[in-house]
Amino acid sequence: METAILRDTMHTLSDTHAPEGEAAPMTAKIEARQTNVHYGDKHALKDVSLDIREGEVTSFIGPSGCGKSTFLRCLNRMNDTIDGCRVSGTVMMDGEDIYDPKIDVVQLRARVGMVFQKPNPFPKSIYDNIAYGPRIHGLAANKDELDEIVLTSLEKAGLLAEVKDRMEAPGTGLSGGQQQRLCIARAIAVSPEVILMDEPCSALDPIATAKIEELIDELRENFTIVIVTHSMQQAARVSQRTAFFHLGELIEVGDTEQIFTNPKHKLTQGYITGRFG
Amino acid sequence: MPFSFLLLVLAGLSVIAYRFGVSRARAVAPGRQAVLHSRPMYHGLYVAIWCGIPALLVAVAWVAMQPILVKGLVMGGLPDAYDALPKARLDLIWNDIRNLALGDVVRADPAPEIQAAAETFRRLYTIGNAALTVLCLIAAPLAARYAVRHVSIDLRARNRVEAAITVFLVASSLVAIFTTVGIVLSLLFESLRFFAKVPVLDFLFGLHWSPQTALRADQVGSSGSFGAVPLFSGTLLISLISMLVAVPVGLMSAIYMSEYAHRKFRAVAKPLLEVLAGIPTVVYGFFAALTVAPFIRRAGEAMGLSVASESALAAGLVMGVMIIPFVSSISDDVINAVPQAMRDGAYALGATKSETIRNVVVPAALPGIVGGVLLAVSRAIGETMIVVMAAGLSANLSFNPLDAVTTVTVQIVTLLTGDQEFDSAKTLAAFALGLVLFCVTLGLNVFALHVVRKYREQYE
Repeated sequence: METAILRDTMHTLSDTHAPEGEAAPMTAKIEARQTNVHYGDKHALKDVSLDIREGEVTSFIGPSGCGKSTFLRCLNRMNDTIDGCRVSGTVMMDGEDIYDPKIDVVQLRARVGMVFQKPNPFPKSIYDNIAYGPRIHGLAANKDELDEIVLTSLEKAGLLAEVKDRMEAPGTGLSGGQQQRLCIARAIAVSPEVILMDEPCSALDPIATAKIEELIDELRENFTIVIVTHSMQQAARVSQRTAFFHLGELIEVGDTEQIFTNPKHKLTQGYITGRFG
Repeated sequence: MPFSFLLLVLAGLSVIAYRFGVSRARAVAPGRQAVLHSRPMYHGLYVAIWCGIPALLVAVAWVAMQPILVKGLVMGGLPDAYDALPKARLDLIWNDIRNLALGDVVRADPAPEIQAAAETFRRLYTIGNAALTVLCLIAAPLAARYAVRHVSIDLRARNRVEAAITVFLVASSLVAIFTTVGIVLSLLFESLRFFAKVPVLDFLFGLHWSPQTALRADQVGSSGSFGAVPLFSGTLLISLISMLVAVPVGLMSAIYMSEYAHRKFRAVAKPLLEVLAGIPTVVYGFFAALTVAPFIRRAGEAMGLSVASESALAAGLVMGVMIIPFVSSISDDVINAVPQAMRDGAYALGATKSETIRNVVVPAALPGIVGGVLLAVSRAIGETMIVVMAAGLSANLSFNPLDAVTTVTVQIVTLLTGDQEFDSAKTLAAFALGLVLFCVTLGLNVFALHVVRKYREQYE
């Protein structure tokens, strides 16, 4: 049974990827080819090849432990901070291999921002939380410019109205949803090209979630966004393209509408109809 | 029966009572234990507690009261001539009687009435012990019987046993608290006696420390002067030097250990670092006195400085080394307690490792680090052995680290070692110094614990 699924999987992989190059009319921001990740002995991600298109929201779905977060963390080399993690294959961003030894990981992460599952504001004031990135990268020449960056970032993250009277209050004192928007503002402040979001709403209530989803839709104008989510409705609502992962493999990728209305692979169909996962 | 044997018998009786309780509980609800409010085990414990505890309390009270009663009876039995003697003399006689009765060394040929009193003493003790044994051996089974009769389906034995356990736990924690209170009170009362001889303000703000007092009126000697400021300044100076060593070294090594070091290196290096804390302070003391101090002296002279052979610098440096593990161990713990999410957040913004540590990890851990440093300070202030051996005894009011200075703890040691009268200002001064030391370290500890606790609330 399992081998049958595996064989099927391999089959679909070659199916979906051959035509992808021509099928994508928009330019690919990130191209991953044959990406493998090992955690010690564990083969966590197997031969994933995927394009992330510029100016779109791409969502990764799949059951827990399927490798979607692992793949996400390959895109800004956050896996580097984990002991015993090895990445092979190539991940090209704007034609440059981000795993090339010449690439400075610090600069890469300034170009590829990230928002985490649990809001993780620094134990500093709201202002300093946002100003931290611009400060370490020297993006502002003086205090006025820094103020400007902080205010626009908060504005874009839809948080400005709620916090403008208490910029010196600690970031940890905000509500969960506000904290997550603070983290998004913090990521935006460095003017990245890509924003990765690892289940950004899983710790939030439905109202805060709705606000974040609305925000993601607005941010699409200026940023390429990749979002990992456990909620298929969320993937359907916010993303233009969806990739389905299962057991460390990329099973199927396509336009969100196609994935949710007419999945090609029966594993995908099983997952989106709730038969497993 | 000796007291320890009596306790053993009581314990044995309690075990038997336990069995009785269990079987009684089974008997009141034969074959349907579910109707019992508590499981048979709890009924057994309930009976055992009733058996053991009242008898034990009686025994303890008896043992506490017996010497007082016996003394009253024995002294009352002495001929009337003795009643007129002064109290101190009577105490001596009482000692004689006791020593004679217990077979200890006594003064040569005691008077016959003393011998008679010793005989009474011995007899009273024998009777008392026998009475105690009988009393306990009657009380225990009686109480157990009372408890067994109470065993019934509705008896809330579990709740009673739980309550008894709570009382036991409270009593245990009270032991520690009362000990502290006792120490503080003894310090306080002795200090009050000292302050009756030397005004508080002279002690706290006087600039001259020379605690020698004349024993006799005709003796050549100073009348003593108890200005403790040189001691406070010496303590402050040495603590400051040691913190200048311990805080940077400890903090840096903690950062290296928790953030940079490989897991295997850390597994070896951290225990090694903590070995520093396990070295007896007297070893640090002679290391300071015999190795570090001469080295500093030679080095100072090579540079044309005059260095006392016992310098604050030597004591402070070595004490700093001793305190490193306090700072590094606590800092290491709090740095590890900073959630990985904080670091991820900074890395994801493109911060380098050192930027992350400097701007995010250390500020997040700062309250805990401050707490650790404050604990280390109170350790430095209270440290004795190193300063006794390396810093010297001369109470100089100086902030030059190359001078010999002395500290509060060193003076307490010198004031109380050797043969001393316990009512002279010289000896009592030690208690006043101890009280000051206690207040300072207590204040620091309370403050440090408060800071550490505040930090903990933030992340859990």
